[in-house]
Amino acid sequence: MSENSLRLPSSIDLTSSPSSAEALQQWLHEWVVTVDHKRLGILYIVYAIFFLLVAGAEAVAIRIQLAFPGNHFLVAQAYNRFFTMHGTTMVFLVGIPILFGFGNYVVPLQIGARDMAYPRLNAFSFWLTAFGGLFLYYSFLGGGGLYGVGTAPDVGWWAYAPLTAKAFSPGHATDYWALALIVSGFGTLGTAINIIATVISMRCKGMTMMRVPLFSWLMLVVSGLTLITITPLTAAQIMLVIDRYLGGHFFDTQAGGSAVIWMHFFWIFGHPEVYVLVLPAFAIANEVIPVFSRKAIFGYPAMVAASVGIAFISLSVWAHHMFTVGMTSVSNTFFVLSTMMVGIPTGIKIFNWLATIWGGKIRFATPMLFCTAFLYQFLIAGLTGIMLAVAPWNWQLHNSYFVIAHFHYVLVGAIVFCIFAGIYYWYPKATGRMLSEKLGKWHFWLFLIGFHVTFDTMHFVGILGMPRSIYTYEPNRGWNTLNLVVSFGGIIQAVAVLLFALNLIWSYFRGQQAGNDPWDAWTLEWSTTSPPPAYNFVEEPIVRSRRPLWDLKHPEDPDWEYEG
Amino acid sequence: MSAASGIAAAYPGEWRTPSRGRIAMLALIIGEAAIFTIFVVAYVFYIGKSLSGPTPQQVLDVPVFATICLLSSSLTIWLAERAIERNRMNAFTLWLGGTICLGLIFLGGTAIEWHKLIYHDGLTISTNLFGTTYYSLVGLHATHVVVGLTMLTIVFLFAVARCVEQKHAERISVLAMYWHFVDLVWVVVFTVVYVIGR
Repeated sequence: MSENSLRLPSSIDLTSSPSSAEALQQWLHEWVVTVDHKRLGILYIVYAIFFLLVAGAEAVAIRIQLAFPGNHFLVAQAYNRFFTMHGTTMVFLVGIPILFGFGNYVVPLQIGARDMAYPRLNAFSFWLTAFGGLFLYYSFLGGGGLYGVGTAPDVGWWAYAPLTAKAFSPGHATDYWALALIVSGFGTLGTAINIIATVISMRCKGMTMMRVPLFSWLMLVVSGLTLITITPLTAAQIMLVIDRYLGGHFFDTQAGGSAVIWMHFFWIFGHPEVYVLVLPAFAIANEVIPVFSRKAIFGYPAMVAASVGIAFISLSVWAHHMFTVGMTSVSNTFFVLSTMMVGIPTGIKIFNWLATIWGGKIRFATPMLFCTAFLYQFLIAGLTGIMLAVAPWNWQLHNSYFVIAHFHYVLVGAIVFCIFAGIYYWYPKATGRMLSEKLGKWHFWLFLIGFHVTFDTMHFVGILGMPRSIYTYEPNRGWNTLNLVVSFGGIIQAVAVLLFALNLIWSYFRGQQAGNDPWDAWTLEWSTTSPPPAYNFVEEPIVRSRRPLWDLKHPEDPDWEYEG
Repeated sequence: MSAASGIAAAYPGEWRTPSRGRIAMLALIIGEAAIFTIFVVAYVFYIGKSLSGPTPQQVLDVPVFATICLLSSSLTIWLAERAIERNRMNAFTLWLGGTICLGLIFLGGTAIEWHKLIYHDGLTISTNLFGTTYYSLVGLHATHVVVGLTMLTIVFLFAVARCVEQKHAERISVLAMYWHFVDLVWVVVFTVVYVIGR
């Protein structure tokens, strides 16, 4: 039964050979009612890739609008909706679901478990997230409500007050935004709780906490961080809904409320959220880099400690998004220093990855290519992060395209690159077929070139003073050529992503058979079949080291002789 | 098929991992605590910032009796936990029923208080900042009491129907964790709303 888990309806082996309509119905039914962590993981990832294409199309529209001064591709209102939906979608409907998708699929396999701790909660959380996303996009139709034609939210993904007040956002667009994020937020909370319970309580025999593979360790840290990150946003959204529907005054400055407190609440969520997204990217790099360097990860305990350290420090840096709002010099100093402190654990990680690669027998398969690019791009993103952490520099460049370039370097250059690496790495496990290496290399090089053409150039546009969130600009500002270059890079990236989508579909039917362990890897998910059976492992595995498959393949030189 | 079984040399000693129920409830409590923190911060931030009356000093009475009832319910649910661990099922049902009664008295107290505030003092959620933050924070807590009471009542009905056994003791203790959390939050809400804010 389980070997068929990924086949399309025509290939389902049914003895009674029913009509294709019935088979399709049964196939759909199986996917909708599933509580299997592997299927839910795939659902999460497919859902996220779908929205990646949607939000990517929005980004392309934005870039077409900005390619030339005074362009008329999007009117101002539509432009506002597009950048709001682009940001909201990428963070909530792409970033979080895809990383939880990886967590769902890989964590139980890596720790030798039968399933997640709470399979039904898992399904419930996925469907909450899924309907939250549909709810957000329904705003294109229903957002105008009784006020007229439909509109999507146009308040920015940060939705600063008082823009979200009834007076400035009539209709229901902002309500769709708030309610969709509350709904998907509860889904995120449910999955986070589930992953924590799974990693702590479902480990197979012998897998002590210091033998848990780093991917699963980091998913544990991320889930813990999610608990205290996504909930403040939920609380702030509830306040916003109270303001809009019940006439509350939380963010109503005319009744003594504060617009700044919304900023604080939003960024108390918003900044740790970056780490919620980037830590799973680190987690993927932690699996890919050692396997493709043919060496055990360098400094396992330091990696764990650095991840926990990042999670803690990330909770105390939020107001570096608010230097230009006007804070006391004590607050400014505190947030400058705390922000810079993030550089310490992330620096430890970068050096550990480099030390892992150092002297290794590197195989530049597509996952490793993406991870290598990730290392350099994340370093640059971190360096511009330190520049922006300096308050006076920030006063100069805040809300310019320099900031946009910086955070896209993190979100795309680090996170999306690692997500691609993860998909190339685990796709054979999930489907039984390899992704095409040839298409993969085209995808990598096009995406790499497109990424740098777009986001390297964007730094310069920002330094030249172009502010974010403007729908057009005058031709005499000196931004024309650079903007055209940025937009051109966007098109290259779009082509690369389409190649990737093509690869996913083509390899599913025509890809080379993968076998159990195509990468000669060391963690437990590679010990079972590809795709794994519903029950994951025939016998409950027992591990004695961090690399159980290494021990198995090299009985003469097992890891547990060296690990303390 | 599972190559990992090749390393299945007998594992020395017993293998134990923490209870997933307790871990998950702890995680939920941490998340909920963050939600409450934001509402408490908003309440504290807006103390004395209302542009119009009524103020907390004018209208709020300290709900001593309701508070005593809610805090006592932590004791009764602990007694219920102890009873089920020792397989004294009648005592369990009794203490559980007591917990539910105390929770209901607390909710009744809130209802009477809100009725007075709305119909006598004219304070609603849209009157001023105090109204907005007060009803949100106390209402958020009351919502959690309702959720807790719903779960307790379900267990109580099962207990009356003799479907709860000693082997369910751990699940009861997970539920009790939630209830203790609801009580603990009330200590914070009480301090902020009726002591600091008044």
